[in-house]
Amino acid sequence: MSITHPNLRLTKLAGATPAWMGDIQAQDLQPICQNIHDGGGRLVALWGSDRRATQQGFALHTLLVNETGLICLNLPLEEDHPAYPDISRIFPAANRMQRAVYDLLGIYAHEGGDHRKWLRHGAWHGGSFPLRKDFNAAQSRTDELDAYPFVPVEGIGVHEIPVGPVHAGIIEPGHFRFSILGEKVLRLEERLGYTHKGTEKLFESMTLQQGAKLAGRVSGDSAVAYAWAYSMAAESIAHVTPPDRALWLRALLLERERVANHLGDLGYLGNDVALSFGFAQFWILKEQLLRNNAALFGHRYLKDKIIPGGVAADLSAESKHVIEKECAMLEREVRLLRGIYDEHAGMQDRFIGAGRVEPKLAARLGLCGLAGRASSQAWDARVQFPCAPYDKLDVQLATYRNGDVAARVIVRFDELFESLRLQREILVNLMHGDELALPLEKLPGNGFGIGMAEGWRGEVVVAIHTDTEGNLARVHPHDPSWQNWPVLEHAVLGNIVPDFPLINKSFNLSYSGHDL
Amino acid sequence: MYPIIKQIFKTGIKTETAPQPDEALRVNAQRLQQQILDTFGRALTIRQVDAGSCNGCELEIHAVNNAYYNIEGLGIKFVASPRHADMLLVTGPVSRHMETALKRTYDATPEPKLVVAIGDCARDGGIFGESYACCGRVENVIPVDVVVPGCPPAPNAILQGILTAISTQK
Repeated sequence: MSITHPNLRLTKLAGATPAWMGDIQAQDLQPICQNIHDGGGRLVALWGSDRRATQQGFALHTLLVNETGLICLNLPLEEDHPAYPDISRIFPAANRMQRAVYDLLGIYAHEGGDHRKWLRHGAWHGGSFPLRKDFNAAQSRTDELDAYPFVPVEGIGVHEIPVGPVHAGIIEPGHFRFSILGEKVLRLEERLGYTHKGTEKLFESMTLQQGAKLAGRVSGDSAVAYAWAYSMAAESIAHVTPPDRALWLRALLLERERVANHLGDLGYLGNDVALSFGFAQFWILKEQLLRNNAALFGHRYLKDKIIPGGVAADLSAESKHVIEKECAMLEREVRLLRGIYDEHAGMQDRFIGAGRVEPKLAARLGLCGLAGRASSQAWDARVQFPCAPYDKLDVQLATYRNGDVAARVIVRFDELFESLRLQREILVNLMHGDELALPLEKLPGNGFGIGMAEGWRGEVVVAIHTDTEGNLARVHPHDPSWQNWPVLEHAVLGNIVPDFPLINKSFNLSYSGHDL
Repeated sequence: MYPIIKQIFKTGIKTETAPQPDEALRVNAQRLQQQILDTFGRALTIRQVDAGSCNGCELEIHAVNNAYYNIEGLGIKFVASPRHADMLLVTGPVSRHMETALKRTYDATPEPKLVVAIGDCARDGGIFGESYACCGRVENVIPVDVVVPGCPPAPNAILQGILTAISTQK
């Protein structure tokens, strides 16, 4: 591990993703974060847990990543004063995560500049915390309306446009507060949390298998990535490695999920600049892929096909042929459509320069995943930390430096072609006869495991803590949208309001995955 | 321009036959008169409301707009405001944070209005059920005419649900 700190003792976690963990003291949190930051590392996720049942108070878990892998810092907190040092000055992405951790668990950052609520609107009292084990849902219930102190922008000619939570399209709910001068956006402030469904609390009442189903429904468009990350975390705790064939099939499913989402987005990006031809064409291709998914695997979005211990789907020799034909068809058609997109002056006029995030800003704010790669942030878990079978696939990273809508379109095209290549390679390597899953009924007690999968949007991480009996004590799914939502606020600055839908679509972030 | 036209001709017409209404999907009796239904049948406008879904149902609602299901070819289209809508297409378990917004959207929709609940979570709360954060099924918050089960329901099933809501029992 390439991080050293006087009081830091790291132990390696078992499992497919290179990950370490260590207990730290409060005074070490900021220096270690600074150390990782200065070395080019990032904040991946931040969550808390209630360990009062075993007289250990609360704990804050900070998940960082550098070039060698994931590092989980566990900071024990006193029951009476569960406070920890603010890290949002080092990692701006920590701001909303810290506020969410307070809303849900009641542990808070000292000296944090922003103490506004984040995931809590009016469903439960401010002084009650759903993720505490003694939370009483009935007594905490309120029906308050959300009163949220947006930052006001004043000046001659400035006006506000409030949008949402119910949006003017088929989109998830959220609120956007634009401050406008003329046609240009002076400031955008997001208000999220509308789709908060108590997902993390729900995991705690579930079995390992039920949890896998729920993981696939954290963000419906990333069902495979979440199910894989969840299963990987469970397998890490149980010291189980799924059969080879199951791992190849998981990668096949993940790449198919990526292709489906990229096809859909490329169609909508055409639609958003009034080229409905693009929508029609790409969605024909997407529909063909989804129908193949249904015919070959039994579900159009491949839900519930990855289970702890392996997979719940198989592929016959004839089915391989269907995918090979599909890949060839997509390769041909998407190449043709890319040519049309590239040559279309009106479309490129809208794409180029819109919603630009400079690489420097992207690095500062921690932009990750597909949007990060379009702003020179060269992170892809399949490339840096290739868990099986990606270690045999040599994934080509798609990056671009312009950071505008056009760049995010280019990265989508490049990744789509790479996914088609990967699928073909997976089919060659997929040997018949192996088992599909090892039995994994229950996890060992007092376990902790992390799983990470590079979903189509970015890195999806799931952390699992088990109690003394091996039940799910705490499950934290993390969506890359946490990092990328705040960057959208910067991306739209100086752009005209009518370009917002286009810029927003070019990121296509998850609300449900963020609101939990 | 030439490559676009060539591609359109090469693609041809993909649209498939629309499904027949299915009375089994109806949860409340049809309240609308035949005369109104005839009008809706030719020009129905829908406001989609995600009241807390995982976005899986949204993917399939997007898909009913694709060339295979071609909902606009049936005279049905999605609109940007409840004030322009005849029907609300609601997904979710309804999160408590969306309860007020959903009620307000329903109130803002002019009478006569129809509500179609899409997906297992909208039908009965699904995997999320009722909790400190979820109100459960859509009917716990606003009246519902037709329910389409599935996780998510296939585009054809969604289309069938919509067509059922604007049909009468024969």
